[in-house]
Amino acid sequence: MKCAPIFGLLAEFDSPTELLLAARKAYAEGYRRLDAYSPFPIEEVSEAIGHHHSRVPLVVLVGGLLGGIGGFLMQYWVSVLNYPINVGGRPPNSWPAFIVVTFEMTILGAALFAVFGMLALNRLPMPYHPVFNVERFAFASKDRFFLCILAADPRFDRTQTEQFLQSLGPKQVSEVPH
Amino acid sequence: MADDPTVEVPRTVRAPVLAPGHTFATVTDKISAIVLSRRTTLGWVMGFGVGLLLTMVLLGAVSYLLAKGVGIWGINMPIAWGFAIVNFVWWIGIGHAGTLISAILLLLNQPWRNSINRFAEAMTLFAVMCAGMFPLLHLGRPWLAYWLFPYPNTMQVWPQFRSPLVWDVFAVSTYFTVSLLFWFVGLIPDLGTLRDRSHSRFARAAYGFLAMGWRGSARHWKNYESAYLLLAGLATPLVVSVHTVVSFDFAISVVPGWHTTIFPPYFVAGAIYSGFAMVLVIAIPIRKYYSLSDMITMRHLENSAKIMLVTGLIVAYGYLVEGFMAWYRSDEFDFFMMKNRMLGPYAPLYWALIVCNIVAPQVLWSRRVRQNVGALFTVSIIVLIGMWLERFIIVVTSLHRDYLTSSWGMYYPTKWDWFTYVGTIGFFVMAMYLFIRFLPMISIFEMRTLLPEAEVEAEVK
Repeated sequence: MKCAPIFGLLAEFDSPTELLLAARKAYAEGYRRLDAYSPFPIEEVSEAIGHHHSRVPLVVLVGGLLGGIGGFLMQYWVSVLNYPINVGGRPPNSWPAFIVVTFEMTILGAALFAVFGMLALNRLPMPYHPVFNVERFAFASKDRFFLCILAADPRFDRTQTEQFLQSLGPKQVSEVPH
Repeated sequence: MADDPTVEVPRTVRAPVLAPGHTFATVTDKISAIVLSRRTTLGWVMGFGVGLLLTMVLLGAVSYLLAKGVGIWGINMPIAWGFAIVNFVWWIGIGHAGTLISAILLLLNQPWRNSINRFAEAMTLFAVMCAGMFPLLHLGRPWLAYWLFPYPNTMQVWPQFRSPLVWDVFAVSTYFTVSLLFWFVGLIPDLGTLRDRSHSRFARAAYGFLAMGWRGSARHWKNYESAYLLLAGLATPLVVSVHTVVSFDFAISVVPGWHTTIFPPYFVAGAIYSGFAMVLVIAIPIRKYYSLSDMITMRHLENSAKIMLVTGLIVAYGYLVEGFMAWYRSDEFDFFMMKNRMLGPYAPLYWALIVCNIVAPQVLWSRRVRQNVGALFTVSIIVLIGMWLERFIIVVTSLHRDYLTSSWGMYYPTKWDWFTYVGTIGFFVMAMYLFIRFLPMISIFEMRTLLPEAEVEAEVK
């Protein structure tokens, strides 16, 4: 991977609508390695930069299935194979009594996968990221909206991309150093 | 105007949820300032001090318990389940409102939840912690509590998976874990905000560590939203199932007054009932002392009061059915249990419970009462007392006179029972004070989405 001298260019906007329009134009221009930053989730922006499907639901499904199947098999193994005990004449595999724990393990597995899966897909925790080098970026968690075109994008050109970003009517365009 | 269906006024319903005049910046500054720049007031120190003092009482009571054993409590045959289980059920019920607000109201698209979900979830966590202490201490040898979990061990024995007590272990520990995850996931973007806003190096490092490098990327938000909604979907069955499983501890047995199918729904309703009472007890002082009445508006208080009224009526129906079934079942032990409950030695507590849980909350039918903060606070306290009495009545009256007359007995709590109970209230207060001081008690990023400016303009959609 070739190492660009800078990470990318960051344009700052005032409102979610401006960010969305800018993101769409940048995508239409052919930029693919770009990211948008906002202080709250804006579904349309994620779509606009080409992030249509989250893989989180699949991860959660896998977690739920593993938890549920594992939970039942654990009880089955304990009560039927490893240490069968006659309780009130119930069969060793008294599955109706195992439903509660199976259910709880399903929820637990799915929830753990949801959280850690989400973090892993987002590559978090990430102690360092270049966008934080831009001083104004601190407002991305308050009331400002940012669009970043990465230098790694094949269409990226230091001057042309800056001109393009300026044409979108941002408050400011700044360079993101590594 | 929002009521007129012919005029399309998109989302104006939101207005009363958040007072007009706020922007992204003011919402952010107001909530984060409570944590970051507001000086620690004398009131906070005193409130925290009371909580800390009572927590010390709890530690004292627990230390004495560990030294002497559960004999210091009032429990004995036939009532082996005294305060420990009463308080366990009461505390865990209180937690339910937090999960209902954060999960079910999110799925039902109720934006008013956004300003109360964060502290309600914190309330859930602390309430479940308090709840969890009781059965552990009641074990007699709490240091062996890990025996409750199935782990490979040299004794070659396993938990009995056909026992509701083991189900309870799984239900409560899952509930705690999922509540903690849900709460923490909700906090991540706000921790990022605090990291970017804080001036002290230590605070920035601490919040930055917890925020894990969150930067509000659109790609991240997409996964985040997906995970958050799915967690809500996963927590929703927990709202219903946790107290159902707790009620199985009673309903699966063959003790008169416990062995009934009404228990699960009526326990769940009672849980939400007491939980919303606790939400109001917390929200009312918070909005006053932190001047948050523009974010926690009358609408929140009124909605909570309405939920209390509805769940209170379900609980009243539960009492009615219990009485009816005791008669209709024509079982003399059941009938005697009900008669003993209403007229026996614990009758004053039973009637106090009816007054607290059924009679008093009927004032909530009146809009004037629901708009009166003082009255709401009083009713909430009464409901909390009533729900505690209900747990006491359920646990004690069924056990103290069952099938065999020779084994009848009375239950009186000792001072150690009271110290432990009051101590957990102190722990709860202390934890809430710490939470309010160090973490944003209102979800900042979800409040931003309530603002009209958060909408992407319709024509570009």
